[in-house]
Amino acid sequence: MAGRTLYDKLWDAHLVKQRDDGTALIYIDRHLLHEVTSPQAFEGLRLAGRRPWRVDANIATPDHNVPTVQRSQGLAGITDPIAKIQVETLDDNCREFGILEFAILDPRQGIVHVVGPEQGATLPGMTVVCGDSHTSTHGAFAALAHGIGTSEVEHVLATQCLIQRKARNMRIVADGQLPAGVTAKDLALAIIGRIGTAGGTGYTLEFSGDAVRALSMEGRMTLCNMAIEAGARAGMVAFDEVTLEYVRGRPFAPKGELFEQAALAWRDLVSDADAVFDAEVHIDASALEPQVTWGTSPEMVVGVSGVVPELEAAQSKGQRQGWESAMRYMGLEPGMRITDIGVDRVFIGSCTNSRIEDLRAAADVVRGRKVADSVLQAMVVPGSGPVKQQAEAEGLHEVFLAAGFEWRDPGCSMCLAMNADRLGAGEHCASTSNRNFEGRQGHGGRTHLVSPQMAAAAAVAGHFTDVRALIAAGAGGAA
Amino acid sequence: MKPFTKLMGRVLPLDKANVDTDQIIPKQFLKSIRRTGFGDNLFDAWRYLDEGDPAKTPNERRINPDFVLNSPRYQGASILLARENFGCGSSREHAVWALEEYGLRVVLAPSFADIFFSNCFKNGVLPIVLEEGVIDELFRLAAGEGVELMVDLAAQVIRMPTGRTLAFEVDSFRKRCLLEGLDDIGVTLTDADAIREFEQAHRRRAPWLFGQPA
Ligand code: SF4
Repeated sequence: MAGRTLYDKLWDAHLVKQRDDGTALIYIDRHLLHEVTSPQAFEGLRLAGRRPWRVDANIATPDHNVPTVQRSQGLAGITDPIAKIQVETLDDNCREFGILEFAILDPRQGIVHVVGPEQGATLPGMTVVCGDSHTSTHGAFAALAHGIGTSEVEHVLATQCLIQRKARNMRIVADGQLPAGVTAKDLALAIIGRIGTAGGTGYTLEFSGDAVRALSMEGRMTLCNMAIEAGARAGMVAFDEVTLEYVRGRPFAPKGELFEQAALAWRDLVSDADAVFDAEVHIDASALEPQVTWGTSPEMVVGVSGVVPELEAAQSKGQRQGWESAMRYMGLEPGMRITDIGVDRVFIGSCTNSRIEDLRAAADVVRGRKVADSVLQAMVVPGSGPVKQQAEAEGLHEVFLAAGFEWRDPGCSMCLAMNADRLGAGEHCASTSNRNFEGRQGHGGRTHLVSPQMAAAAAVAGHFTDVRALIAAGAGGAA
Repeated sequence: MKPFTKLMGRVLPLDKANVDTDQIIPKQFLKSIRRTGFGDNLFDAWRYLDEGDPAKTPNERRINPDFVLNSPRYQGASILLARENFGCGSSREHAVWALEEYGLRVVLAPSFADIFFSNCFKNGVLPIVLEEGVIDELFRLAAGEGVELMVDLAAQVIRMPTGRTLAFEVDSFRKRCLLEGLDDIGVTLTDADAIREFEQAHRRRAPWLFGQPA
């Protein structure tokens, strides 16, 4: 028998029942909830007179709609009445059904995909779901993690299972090592640029290769976070020492003897050497430079030394139309140099890049420098309460504040602009988030996806620039 | 769930690839805690010229006459024709609620994003994958005279006005749920014993997956 992939193993270990019609019932270990995609699911439970199947599998936190200023006011600080009702509804539902919630004033509150791993509520070998497409993030822990719709949220609450069809296996191998100044985010964007936003549809991605092994857990989370932007519901990275050391000692992680027992079981969370993948993609990590998206889809991406593509380079009529419409929306011309694109706002945050390592890397670029005068606003939104605390303990907030950045409270913020943080029409934003769709960060707003270092560099320069030059110049050196 | 059996309807052609869920229903409308009220904001940023605001009614909005949805000839359409990777982006089921409430019960495209595709089936909307060439042909027809199709789920065929039929694939479990309007939670709970049994064994194998710190 051929060996099994990591995905095969996770699937087999959670298979409750294979049905004749090709669907399967898959058991769910961890269910994360937030305020936007859960209210209708709880309402459904109530109407049907159902209760959650296993309360302790669920953890909730509000993130999408919470303001990132004046947090100490709690619910009262939410000025939008509709948003406030939604956050209150999450509180009420969690209370009614006995679900653990890190509510708005809880020090553990944050973006759901930052909170789970940070608390050790995401563990290797788990199945993790959440009514949010970036649940793929948790796959960094050798877990099977993916986003679900609201009906499925209700289904998981009521049955602890999902009805699934098994996806195919794709391995993405990043060979070599990422050069200094080139990050997991750049690797993710380069992969999407290569395979396209539908390249992973129907697959579960496993990221492997030397460059991936060398990544910290934060970097692996960034990479898996973007799997959905490549069309894959789930992305994952095999278990190793890095995973183990990250998990050790976290509040929800097993302790003592149980931890040792778990660690032993987790060692098997790797693809067998003879496992067969349905598709395999190789990418030379050592040849990558920092990436910047120029269009309205994450696949519209080039290296920072590159240019907005010429229309003749399009592979099909459809792609050409897509490029034309993206360039119109973004206010860019074919052939324009990426470093000539000015930046109006800078956003460092989101479930892709708001962990402590991201903030440290950005702060290193910013230290001793100032946000350019032409930049209207630059903000840092930590991913969670503990990230914010840690950053402040390290004095990072002072670095950002001294440079002219705003230092905010945790939440999704300008990643999707559901709260007051958003772009004005026509404004260009260097953003560390994951989606550059039309209007995503505000009506008419123009998003360029980059790494935290590159966002910091753009803030300082007032336009996109290769962060490696700033790193080479040292703290406060000329841009 | 509303059952879906057969539908005779006009085709609304949306000639764009990679239509994402942010376009189908922009985020400012996701603040609602209800399952309804999204139809007026379907494709909001394309459909209106002013910025969408949940507090505004459609009468207060400026209509974009150039957007296909607003063209008089496609009023009352119930079949959406789209390009590849339709529904990519977020998991928001609100996107399907908006389509359904607007009256679109079928989406035809060469490919769909996974989460959107499964969300459709939970809400009585039938997404159908057709070959690129067939989609091209339907776009030509819809752009010209306009076209009405008959979609028959039980028989898994689409009937063209010429009488020609196009067969399509659909997962048998999802087909049954749609045809009968089944609540799939109810279906899953018929396997409650199997779930309980699995859960006990799972707990013995991996006890660390259960419980929460005090
Ligand atoms: S940070 Fe952005 S992508 Fe992540 S969960 Fe929040 S809104 Fe979604």
